[in-house]
Amino acid sequence: MRIGVMICHCGNNIASTVDVEAVAAAAREFPDVVFATDHMYACSDPGQRKIEEVIRELKLDGVVVASCSPRMHEVTFRRAVERAGLNRYMFEMANIREHVAWISLDRKRNTAKATDLVRMAVEKLRVDRPLTPKSFEVQKRVLIVGGGVAGIQAALDCADGGLDVVLVERRQAIGGIMSKLDKTFPTIDCSVCVLGPKMVDAGQNPRITLHALSEVEEITGYVGNFDVKIRKKSPFVDWNKCTGCGACQEKCPSKKVPDAFNENVSLTTAINIPFPQAIPKRATINADYCLRLTKGKCGVCEKICPAGAIDYEMKDEIVTEKVGAVIAATGIDLFDYKKCGEYGGGRYPDVITSLQYERMLSASGPTAGHIKRPSDGKEPKTVAFIACVGSRDRSLNRPYCSGFCCMYTAKQAILTRDHIPDSRAYVFYMDIRANGKGYEEFIRRAQEEYGVEYVRGRVAQVIPVDGPNGPQMLVRGADTLLGRQVELKADLVVLAVGVEAAHGASALAEKLRISYDAYGFFLESHPKLRPVETNTVGVFLAGACQGAKDIPSSVAQASAAAGKVLALLSKDKLESDPQIALVQAIRCIGCGKCERTCPFGAIRMRELRDGSLRAEVVETVCQGCGICSVTCPVRAIQLQHFTDSQLLAEVNALCRTWDETTES
Amino acid sequence: MSVRLGYYPGCSQGSSAAEYDISTRACCKALDVELVDVPDWTCCGSTPAHTVDHHLAGALSARNLRQAEGAGLASVTTPCPSCLAALKTADLHLAEPAFRTEVERLLGGPAPGHVDCKSVLQVLYEQIGAEAVTAKVKKPLAGLRVAPYYGCLLSRPPALMAFDDPENPVSMDALLRACGAEIVDFAYKTECCGAAFGMPRLDVMTRLSARILGAAVEAGADCVAVACPLCQMNLDLRQGQVDSAAGRAASNLPVPYFTQLMALALGLSDADACLNKLVVPLEPALAKAAARAREAAAAKAAKEAAKKQSKPAAADAAKPEAEKEASCA
Amino acid sequence: MKTIDLESSRDTAFMDAVACESGQELKSCYQCGNCTAGCVYTHDYDLPVHQVIRLVQLGQKEQALSCRSIWLCATCQACTTRCPNNIEVARVMDVLRHMARRQGKTPERLVKTFADSFLKSVARHGRVFEAGLAMTFAIKSGKPMQDAGLGPAMLTRGKLAFAPHEPSNQAKTEVAGIFDRFAAGKPACHAEPTAATTEAKQ
Repeated sequence: MRIGVMICHCGNNIASTVDVEAVAAAAREFPDVVFATDHMYACSDPGQRKIEEVIRELKLDGVVVASCSPRMHEVTFRRAVERAGLNRYMFEMANIREHVAWISLDRKRNTAKATDLVRMAVEKLRVDRPLTPKSFEVQKRVLIVGGGVAGIQAALDCADGGLDVVLVERRQAIGGIMSKLDKTFPTIDCSVCVLGPKMVDAGQNPRITLHALSEVEEITGYVGNFDVKIRKKSPFVDWNKCTGCGACQEKCPSKKVPDAFNENVSLTTAINIPFPQAIPKRATINADYCLRLTKGKCGVCEKICPAGAIDYEMKDEIVTEKVGAVIAATGIDLFDYKKCGEYGGGRYPDVITSLQYERMLSASGPTAGHIKRPSDGKEPKTVAFIACVGSRDRSLNRPYCSGFCCMYTAKQAILTRDHIPDSRAYVFYMDIRANGKGYEEFIRRAQEEYGVEYVRGRVAQVIPVDGPNGPQMLVRGADTLLGRQVELKADLVVLAVGVEAAHGASALAEKLRISYDAYGFFLESHPKLRPVETNTVGVFLAGACQGAKDIPSSVAQASAAAGKVLALLSKDKLESDPQIALVQAIRCIGCGKCERTCPFGAIRMRELRDGSLRAEVVETVCQGCGICSVTCPVRAIQLQHFTDSQLLAEVNALCRTWDETTES
Repeated sequence: MSVRLGYYPGCSQGSSAAEYDISTRACCKALDVELVDVPDWTCCGSTPAHTVDHHLAGALSARNLRQAEGAGLASVTTPCPSCLAALKTADLHLAEPAFRTEVERLLGGPAPGHVDCKSVLQVLYEQIGAEAVTAKVKKPLAGLRVAPYYGCLLSRPPALMAFDDPENPVSMDALLRACGAEIVDFAYKTECCGAAFGMPRLDVMTRLSARILGAAVEAGADCVAVACPLCQMNLDLRQGQVDSAAGRAASNLPVPYFTQLMALALGLSDADACLNKLVVPLEPALAKAAARAREAAAAKAAKEAAKKQSKPAAADAAKPEAEKEASCA
Repeated sequence: MKTIDLESSRDTAFMDAVACESGQELKSCYQCGNCTAGCVYTHDYDLPVHQVIRLVQLGQKEQALSCRSIWLCATCQACTTRCPNNIEVARVMDVLRHMARRQGKTPERLVKTFADSFLKSVARHGRVFEAGLAMTFAIKSGKPMQDAGLGPAMLTRGKLAFAPHEPSNQAKTEVAGIFDRFAAGKPACHAEPTAATTEAKQ
């Protein structure tokens, strides 16, 4: 065999703590190595061309590159050797950056270890075999979980690109948090006015199948061929018949139902349509509060529904869909303000969350756009906004910044002055984050044009107090710029609550087999370069489920995810990874242990004509984890490119040289 | 369920907070909590010690923990929050080798192992429970409006005290409600009263205690229930100084220890409740409460009677209507 | 108001000592002001608590240890309870008071006198003798009449013990011993940076 070795300097990254020339020199002496050199940047254009050149000129059978982690550039180098005519699996990488240069400053030991790793790679390459990927057909359909602005945007982009879309939303209507907003920063556009056309489009688009009031129950399969089971929860109303006229809502006697859409600012009825612009505009019965469903009484809505759509016997339905890719767009939920006992959220009625305030500001909201104190319905004259409630707070296990609260607080302060011209708005802040386009100017506008008072200092406590005109809330804060304690008697206190991953996001992540961080936000492949992909092929991320972000960023990310999906499914067939398990039928004794231990269900037992069983790998499902090959008692099932012989070759290479590298 | 704990009274229990010690012991006895005095206990150092040196404070507390340990007491309770903070802080930091070494140097001997320390309030709330208290109440404090004042240390900082909510504690509320009292909404539950500044900086202390008394009066309380000897002294003994510094008329707001109120409700003797040791007397408030309770009971009885009377009248009223309809048909 | 030279005026030994003695990492403090907002003693302070912490962050030993605020802190724990970065602020104030005392900086004479009188009583009697403390303090403070009106109220209610309630002689000896050993020696941690903190800085 003829092997070429390249040791990369990676600029200073490797060369500063590893003697790369010495490693190359050592490699030249290894069996089957006919060429070894060092290079400044192996992954660069000249670096790759050098590799290709050497393969052709010296008629190499395989190449070893000692550089960074395979996660960085294995694909790059495999393509390079393939361009030069080799099978891309006749290539090995030794990680002498993350595993050597970046963990120790001891040049002597690093060089010895790097040499060992290169020796191991060469020995493995000597027993590597060419592998051929197979190709399989794909479903040109995409599942989008979550119908907020990100999910809607991704759905529209995918549909425009010619894909069929299955959009699953767990609430009874799409629109997410954006549908609850009154206005959006920095343009003070009416939120539902700009979102509405998109929602209608998503609901009417012939390529988009919308499953509202539904959740993903189970998902199996692999990229290009996912099988999804969706649970469509029963609304107890036949949505094919319901016209959304709202007559049921008017007559329903169960009127003390917490109104989730309006953030519990108001109460609603057991049967309801959440808001006038809802898509789908269909009624849903809340089974916990319906008199008919809980006590067998009433039944008024069934009697008066002109379309005869009410069906108290309706059950949940399971629907199966086949899709080629998945986009997770599950968004966020608000931090629970009751966790900040010092602010009295949940105890004092005049301490509310920003989203509750937003519903009050909204003309189609529970107070018809009139700002009213929850305690007595009076219009407030002094409104205090407290920033960073549940954000930037280690003591509450929410150390991160939620990113858009500074902006929405400024917006709400501006709107307060719009609604109540003789009011005074105070914002108690620590820092102002306003890094989007037009954002800093917006904050200045709040302060300069609208006279919103910004006080720099975190609020310690909010307690009820008797003011000159009746009960008020005393806000005890500080002005750190002045170095003084301050206090304010406010009529209304609005907490700028932070955000967290949508409740249940981690359960969905487990189903999709994607990773999530300590706070439930889904993990992207690479924080800088691959923000919409996950480490699970075929599953992408869009919107705030990946990390708190504002609407423009969510929309941009949604289109990016759609772009990735369109690219993925633009081919009719996808290549499967040949680094999977393979059964040598002649050795297999049919014990079935591999089938039982496979976490992906990729192994099937096949019956031969003589009645004996043999294991068989479903190539497209196998993820190449190797558990089966460890389980097999007779070593009949082997992970290609990581067979026992190949791994033992590495072990032998290392152990054989051990006594040469022992030092005092 | 009987509970047995070490009891660390603290220096004020013998004199300025005598009624706290007496009523605490009496309530504990009545509720099956056996208190075993920590043998030969000495001062924990309280605030002055920890403001001079943390190792000194640690050593003074550690001596007492060692006494408890030596008497086989794995758990110690104390009525004084400052003593509690001192004991718990010492116990916590004795796990650090450097701290332990220095404390042992000051002690001139070995430091104790871990001893679990709790306030009397915590023991009564968590180990006895409000329901068990209600079961033993003989003379409910009906009509008595109480502002429960916990003071700054009982549940703070949460990492050390690990008891109740640091912003809105409810344990005293629950125990007093179990005794039949009415708890008023009081936003100053954990606000500092001025602590040990009574002697060195009276002006600082009176300003803070004035706010607490003022808030209790505004909330319509008949009395302020306390759980700390220093809070009690500042709000009761020094109430005259507080009111005069605030430039207002006498508040006349009694400040009993919560254990005194419990002793009353549990039907214990006058000697156990020792109301006579309070500077601002509680008796007028009790009388007001009793009158209020009588009025409320009378009003309720009247309402019930009225309801009974109106029912037969309503039945009669319906009859002529029905007859009218029949005639129209 | 003198300009602060950020490099030359920074006393890193002081900063390390505060960190060592209090066990708190003041780099976590982002000066949000929550502590000051909730501190009920701010009314009487010369420097609000967040500024005292800021002075330590900038290594300004002289200013930090000269203020009155550290003597008027009651360690009521409001700040510690609410700090979003889990800093035990009250503990830091306590430590600064220790250092100020050791350096002889005692702008609040009576607060120091009270603590000293209290501890003397403990050293002597094993437990605080309240009446004795009150009398000692009344004399030393030069304000003997301040609490004179309280005497009768306590007397008539049996709350004023005229003799100390002492523990056993053995116990008294042990307590006195603690004070003696405290006065004599000094633990390793105080003032000098330990090996641990120096290495961490590297």
